[in-house]
Formats: sequence, structure tokens, C-alpha cells
Amino acid sequence: MIYYALKMLFGDKARYLGILVGVAFAALLITQQGAIFVGLMERTYSFVADTPQPDLWVVDPDLQHHSDSKPLVGQKLFRVRGVQGVEWATPMFKSFTKMRLPSGERRGCIVVGVDDNTLVGAPQSIDSRNGLDLRKADAVLVDRADIEKKLAVRTPDGGTRPLQIGDVLELNDRRAVVAGTFSINPSFFWDPVIYTTYSRAISYSPQERKQLSFILVKVKPGQDIATVAARIESATGLKAYTESGFKWLTASYILEKTGILVNFGIAVLLGFGVGTAVAGQTFYNFTLDNLRHFGALKALGTPNKTLLAMVLTQALVVGLIGYGLGVGGAAAFGALIGGTSLAFSLPWQLLVITGVAILGISIFAAALSIRKVLYLEPGVVFRG
Amino acid sequence: MTTLAPAVSAIAPEGNTRPIAVRCRQVTKNYGSGNSTVRALRGVDLDVFEGEMLMMVGPSGCGKTTLISVVAGVLDRDAGECSVFGKDFSALSGSERTRFRGQTIGFVFQSFNLIPTLTIAENVSVPLLLNGVGRSAALKKAKDMLAVVGLGDRVNEAPNRLSGGQQQRVAISRALVHDPKLIVCDEPTSALDHETGGRVMELLRSVAMSGNRSLIVVTHDNRIFNFADRIAHMDDGIVDKVVGSAKDLYGPNMAAK
Ligand SMILES: Nc1ncnc2c1ncn2[C@@H]1O[C@H](COP(=O)(O)OP(=O)(O)O)[C@@H](O)[C@H]1O
Ligand SMILES: [Mg+2]
Repeated sequence: MIYYALKMLFGDKARYLGILVGVAFAALLITQQGAIFVGLMERTYSFVADTPQPDLWVVDPDLQHHSDSKPLVGQKLFRVRGVQGVEWATPMFKSFTKMRLPSGERRGCIVVGVDDNTLVGAPQSIDSRNGLDLRKADAVLVDRADIEKKLAVRTPDGGTRPLQIGDVLELNDRRAVVAGTFSINPSFFWDPVIYTTYSRAISYSPQERKQLSFILVKVKPGQDIATVAARIESATGLKAYTESGFKWLTASYILEKTGILVNFGIAVLLGFGVGTAVAGQTFYNFTLDNLRHFGALKALGTPNKTLLAMVLTQALVVGLIGYGLGVGGAAAFGALIGGTSLAFSLPWQLLVITGVAILGISIFAAALSIRKVLYLEPGVVFRG
Repeated sequence: MTTLAPAVSAIAPEGNTRPIAVRCRQVTKNYGSGNSTVRALRGVDLDVFEGEMLMMVGPSGCGKTTLISVVAGVLDRDAGECSVFGKDFSALSGSERTRFRGQTIGFVFQSFNLIPTLTIAENVSVPLLLNGVGRSAALKKAKDMLAVVGLGDRVNEAPNRLSGGQQQRVAISRALVHDPKLIVCDEPTSALDHETGGRVMELLRSVAMSGNRSLIVVTHDNRIFNFADRIAHMDDGIVDKVVGSAKDLYGPNMAAK
């Protein structure tokens, strides 16, 4: 009978397509908007994701996000190094500064300084003639994504050329030589990022009393990260975030300070609402169309639980196919914009969320209809 | 109306030894409530014997459809007694009633009520599936049944590719395929032209009346009356007369047809 229920569904092409469009639309909109949202969120904390070496980020307790400037006094680094369970701790400095390109234009940028000795915190994917080029005098690394755009050099003929290794920049009026490029994930923040050593980064930035943005901490093998974090916090009065905690600090700040969540939330709810309405309504009409057939089946002796299974199967199958189409469409959209700078990220959790939403729509549609079928008097089959 | 031959009693006379398929006593059924109450059945007495074809006739709105709905267990009566092969539907639970109906009763509707998106063989297989027969066995048996009614070469077609008469033959196959002991037909020929209707009745008579099966056929089509063993006449919610043939009901002129 379940097989016949599916034949009833697929046989009614117009209704079937109508329900499918509703479900697929909802799945597409939820997944696609969700993926853009997740993509943007990932960009807010891409700096943290690009710095995978430490277990903990030790920062000022009032720090609101990773680009917030609440520097620490230098001796905190030594206090952290002294905490039990700490394998190593390195300084990181991050600051806004002014840059002058070889052709003379000025613009703002973010300079990140990593530990002079170990280079802990430097980007993972560095492209330079020699991995140790950062140790050369005045060496800085620039983002490969910026060299043709934000950091393009104007040529005398009025065109531009990419910034190259060997080009000389000025950072806060001091000489800096491009020693290589790196790749990092696209960021939510606009200004180009420049990596150099900790001590050089300080000289490239406006003079400040405190010159330590974060302390990057590796926990000794076998030690519990949360326990060590608590020890650091009580020993220093600072805040120690895990990688995910620090990501969430930034993401939640952006969520709170911008309307981004509401905007995407509205789009997702709209998809869910329209999908539910269209799919629910069309499925309901489909059931109404078939009511006299259900009545006949009932008269012929079909038990209610079989009818329930039939309607539920119809709803779930059309839901599953619509889900596949919608998610497939969203993934195709993602692949299409893959080469561009648009944010799009499709983690499995998002597929689960969309799946749950579509399941909800299917069950809603079935519930709307099943009452009609269950309370149907089989006697209706004898009436005109 | 002229004086006619004495009517056969609606209920079996005392001392009757013929097995009874359906027994109704003082069955009542109202629709709606308050001022708008329709008293569709006002105390029906009727017996249907095993192995007979009983036709139910009477003016439109007299309660024929309501009565067979009660008899077939698709509508609850308000009062009175009604049993089918000794079982009273109102004494059964909902699921027992559904199962009993699926095993015991075959249905033929005026408007065929075939599912358009299933093939005719699939339509005919439904009662078998509901009685626990596996799908391939059910389909095979359904095709055999369709061959009996002359549709053996069209088993995989959709119902609406068939003419009305052919669709009603499919419906008859569906009513018979699981070998139920009682068949109820509501106006089985009224959607068909005269000739086709006659052939459908011949089919019902020849195929459906095998074994000891009972048929109740509601109709207002007087040209098919002569297929009946007995004719029950209803008026205004009661069976007022049961006769042996059409001429007992309407006189020789009518029955001559
Ligand atoms: N579902 C219903 N609700 C209200 N009245 C009904 C309903 N079904 C039938 N009736 C009324 O009950 C009476 C008997 O109807 P029915 O059994 O269909 O008669 P017949 O089949 O002899 O034409 C009619 O007056 C009809 O209008
Ligand atoms: Mg009727």
C-alpha cells in the first residue's frame, strides 16, 4: 500500500511538482542563506583560524574581539610562562598602522608581529624564496590576495602592477621590504594584513606604553587545557580563551553589534515560512484531491494506521526529494561563487539544520492532511 | 396502483431455514440534529438470504444508500439491530470493523472510485493487499480476475483509458477478487448507457453469484430488475414491500420490458 501511496503522489504531476517546489525552495533558501551567514561568521574569526598553533589565547579580560586593542603589560608574558602546565608562551602584537606603497599612495593596514625567535603565529602558507626570510632586515610578508588589489602599485603609465617581493614599503614612516607572501582565509575585516616579527611590528606602529596584544600558549601534552586556562587566569588576572572560545568571542561581538544575524534570520525564516506555506497548502490540496480515493480505500478495509503511513510516506518522500534538490541547488550556488570573494560555507551542521526544518515542514504538511483522512467517513464513497 | 400479487415479507417467515446473510430490525438513522434533522431510516426490517441477489429500489432520497452504508458497516446506525453473517458492526472495535469489512464485503460504487494513478490490476489488487496477500501474488490474482471480466489484455492500463463499462468491470473485479461473502452495489449501472448497464448486470449475475454469495444492488434502473431474485422497495425511510419480481411491484406493463 505504501508503494501505491507513492504512485498516487508521483502520478499527480502538477501537485507533486507544486509540493516539491515549496520544499525545495525552503531547503534552498535556508541552506544558501545559512551558508552565506556561516561563511561571514567564519570570516569574522578567520584570524584565529589562521593561527592554529596555540591551545590558548591569553588576552585582556575586557577584550571584545580579536581586532580590539587592549594591550597587556610585557611582564604578563613571563607570568604566563611560569604557570604550571604551560609548554610555551609567545607574544603577539597586532595593531592598525599607516602604510605607504612604493608608488606613494597611503592606506591603513593591520600589522601582526609574531615571536622573533620561533615565528609562532605566522601564517601556515608562506611563499617566499626562503622560509626564514622574515628574519632578514626590515622583512614583512603580505597577503597574496592583496597584492593585485588593495596593495597594487601604480605604474607611471597610469596602470597598476602587483606588489612584488623586494618592493619597499613604508610602515609608520619606517622602511619595510616585501620578503614574501602568504595565504590566509578571507577576512570579514577590510584592511590588508601584514605579518612581521614582534619587535619590528612594534616599531612599525604608533608608540604605545603597552605593546603586547595576545599571549599565545601551548599546553603541555597530557594537561587539561581548561585546567591550565583557569590557572593562567588566576595567576595573571587575564582571560585565557581556547581557539573556539576566542572565535566565538569575535563572532558573538559581530552578531551583537551588527544586524547581520537578524537579516539572515529573516531570510531563513522567510524561506521556512514560504516553504511551509506552499508545501503545506499544496500537500493539503493533494490530499483533498485524493480524499475520495482515501474514502474508497477506507471502505475497502484499509486500517487507519495504513492510511497514516501512506500520507506520512508521501510527505516524507516529497520532503526528502525537495531537500535534495534544495541543498543540491545551494551547493551548486556555492560551487558557482567558489572563485569569487563571496562568503559561503556549508558545514554538515547546516545540512542537519536544513534537514530538520524540512522534516518539520513535511510533518506539518502531513499532519494538516492526515486529520482529514482519519476523520473521513468511509460512507462518503457512496455519495455523488 | 392496482392490486398486486401478495408481497413477499421483508423478513424471513417464522420457521425459515434458509441461511441469512444480512438481518436488519427496526434500523433507524438520522442525519443532522435539531430542526434540520433528516430521518433517513425510520425503522427498516429486512433479511437478505445467502446466495440471493436482492435489489433495492425506491424514489430518490428514500434512504437506499443510507441503508446499504449501514449494512456494509461504513455508517453507524442510530438504533435497531443489524448483523452481517451474525456479526454486529456496532459491537466491533474500529479496527475489527475495518478488518471484518475488508474480508467480508465487496463494494461497487456508482462512480467506480478507481484510483487513477494506479493501473487497473493494481486497483484490483488492493483488497488482497489489505487481506495480507503479498504484492506479486495479489497482482497475479488481480490479473486473473480481470481476465474473467474480459479485461485480461489491459491489466497495465490506467483506469481513465477505459470506457465507463470497462471501468465498472474493473470495480466489479475489485469487489470480487478477495472472495467476499457479500457484495453491495450502489447504482452500479446508472453512470452507464442501457446496453452497457445490462452487460454489467449480466456479469454481476454470472460471476458474482457464484458460491453462496449475496448481492445487494441499489438501483432505480427498472430495466435491470429482472436480474433480481427479490426486490425490496423502500419509501421514506422504510422497506415497505419485498416482492419476487418486477411485475409484482409495478404491474405487468412495466415488467414486460
Ligand atoms: N450526509 C448526509 N447529511 C444529511 N442528509 C443526508 C446525508 N446523506 C443523505 N441524506 C439525506 O438522507 C435521505 C436519504 O438519502 P439517501 O440514503 O442517499 O437516499 P437514496 O440513496 O435513496 O437516494 C435524503 O433525504 C438525503 O437528503
Ligand atoms: Mg443513493
